[in-house]
Amino acid sequence: MIPLSWYMALAAILFCIGVCGFLTRRNVIIMFLSIELMLNGVNLNLVALSHFLDSVRGQAFTFFIITVAAAEAAIGLGIAIALYRSRLSVHVDTINHLKG
Amino acid sequence: MPASLLAIPLLPLASFVLTLLLGKRMGTRAHWLPIVTVLLSFGCALAAFFRVQSGVIVNQDVYTWIQSGSLSVSVGFLVDQLTAVMLIVVTSVSSLVHIYSVGYMKGEAGYYRFFAYLSLFTFSMLMLVLGNNFLQLFFGWEAVGLSSYLLIGFYYEKKSAADAGKKAFIVNRFGDFGFILGLFLIFTQFGSLHYQEVFSRVGELEGQTMALFGNPVGLATLIALLLFCGAIGKSAQMPLHVWLPDAMEGPTPVSALIHAATMVTAGVFLVARCNPIFALSPFALNLITVLGAVTALFAATIALVQTDIKRVVAYSTVSQLAYMFIGCGVGAYSAGIFHLFTHAFFKALLFLGCGSVILGMHHEQDVRAMGGLKHKMPITYWTFLLASLSIAGVPGLAGFFSKDEILLMAFNTELAAGKFAWAIGTLVAFMTAFYSFRLLFLIFHGEFRGSEEQRHHLHESPAVVTWPLVLLAIGAVAAGWFGVPAILGGDNHWAHFLEPVLGHPHVHVSGTTEALLMGGSILAGVCGIGLAFYLYRLKPHLPGLLAERLAFGYRLVLNKYYVDELYDAAIVRPTLAFSRRVVLRIVDLACIEGVVNGLPRTIGSFAERLRRLQDGQVSHYLAWMGGGALALVVVLLVK
Repeated sequence: MIPLSWYMALAAILFCIGVCGFLTRRNVIIMFLSIELMLNGVNLNLVALSHFLDSVRGQAFTFFIITVAAAEAAIGLGIAIALYRSRLSVHVDTINHLKG
Repeated sequence: MPASLLAIPLLPLASFVLTLLLGKRMGTRAHWLPIVTVLLSFGCALAAFFRVQSGVIVNQDVYTWIQSGSLSVSVGFLVDQLTAVMLIVVTSVSSLVHIYSVGYMKGEAGYYRFFAYLSLFTFSMLMLVLGNNFLQLFFGWEAVGLSSYLLIGFYYEKKSAADAGKKAFIVNRFGDFGFILGLFLIFTQFGSLHYQEVFSRVGELEGQTMALFGNPVGLATLIALLLFCGAIGKSAQMPLHVWLPDAMEGPTPVSALIHAATMVTAGVFLVARCNPIFALSPFALNLITVLGAVTALFAATIALVQTDIKRVVAYSTVSQLAYMFIGCGVGAYSAGIFHLFTHAFFKALLFLGCGSVILGMHHEQDVRAMGGLKHKMPITYWTFLLASLSIAGVPGLAGFFSKDEILLMAFNTELAAGKFAWAIGTLVAFMTAFYSFRLLFLIFHGEFRGSEEQRHHLHESPAVVTWPLVLLAIGAVAAGWFGVPAILGGDNHWAHFLEPVLGHPHVHVSGTTEALLMGGSILAGVCGIGLAFYLYRLKPHLPGLLAERLAFGYRLVLNKYYVDELYDAAIVRPTLAFSRRVVLRIVDLACIEGVVNGLPRTIGSFAERLRRLQDGQVSHYLAWMGGGALALVVVLLVK
């Protein structure tokens, strides 16, 4: 039996990779993927805890997160395509017109 | 309470509001509403007077004005003998002045504004005399001050008029400061501001003292003097008389109504109304008497040499008001109010006569440019003559009876200052007769000294101006017949009528003495007239010669004893310097401006720095967000 801490460590590693990718990469698509990675790190955490605490709540939560992630991916890709069409680039450094 | 009583002050108020709102559209017909309402008001006042005479005294609250803790003030009306007399004076003179103004103010810019202010003044003055408590008196007191300010500064484009209005308002602040302190003292002492409550318990003041700068001062004396402070300001007594002569910058009907007949007598009314308080303080009464005598003499000497006709009459007003205070000071309040009543008619007549002359001379006010107007302006001349005879105390006319009553009472009283006031009063009676007839001779007799153009345009005033003069002349002759003393076969109806409110001092001088006193005051008046006739009709070169011989004294009185200059140096200029150097520089520019401008400047510079956070780089936002999340985690863990 694999102990809970291993799952949580793996979830933390996934989440941190997501955060690093999100903060360092400038390509919108890659940033979306990083977000997916963070979300899945959280999902893993929830499922593991659900199993070890013997409660289905965590798993139910996971379904919601997967649904939201799917919707977000769809909208995100739509935004990325719209961006590319208007600015011929999906690089966030060049998208800085909204500022004080 | 009868509705006609409420209508007395409310009609002029309605007229004020409507005329101010609609007057511009009514143009040259703007005077109709104010005249009709003030006449109706006069009718209601007459009705109220006759009700009082039949013995009905009204004292009723109609509205709770202020209810705060133990302070409860209502708007209420007290109509007793004193109020009834004041109602008649105010509404009758006000009606005549309203009518007169139609002729005098014809074609002036702001015609409707003038009538609206007149209505406002009438309303305020009526509230002042009708109130049944001190706060309502104070309301009316301040409201007449406001209308006076507005009307003095009626020609506000003229700097001297605007300044005079300001001066009147500010000088009155000094008096009103004392007045309101007096009201505070009354309230703390009695817990009420109603006349009835205060006067019925006034005996509690006896023997009470209050520490003032470490000295015990009688409470009754203190209250009386503080109230008298207000009276000094409003009635232009020394040392606060300086505003009244300057107030002559206002239109002449205003001078007649506000600065001669009604508003300035409010101080006398106040003292008479509060006579139960004053009666407790011989010191205050002595002071009033002495101050009255000094002011009477002081103002009369100035009036001897002034050349502006309105200023002569203005100083005469100060002097006559001082007479009224002598009457009140010696405890003969009804004599003071009697003089107030007769003075209202002959002084309003003098002013309106001056106004008629000014109209005829095309706004010339210098007596040196007049002369010989008698034939050109007969109605003005004859009415002016009657008013002058009346003020000079010629037997049978109004001024004679009231002045004589005051002098008799001053001689009669046991107060220390009584004989002094009597002596000064008789001297002033002589001077009054002299300056009144000097004015009359200079304006109406002799050769015309104005320009050719003025001579060409010289004309009698229109009927709307002369009729009020004639009606007032009737008052100036007959107003005294209400108070014919017993020695002349009358029954002094006046004093008996007012006795329930004002009391009447016991007269203990013998009939012979009374006759001698009367003879003395008649002699003083006749001598005054005779001297004026001698100097200005028989030997017209003598006055100039006298002025040269007595150059120092002449300059002193011509410049009004330099009181204005003294105040300017002692009060006005230091105040202005203080305002500029301390209030403006330190308080205003440094403190207030510092806070008012500093606060937005600080916020602005902070915002400028905060603005740079939002630079449009999504990754920077993300970094801030991540940092924030991390900080939250750290905070939660540490906690």
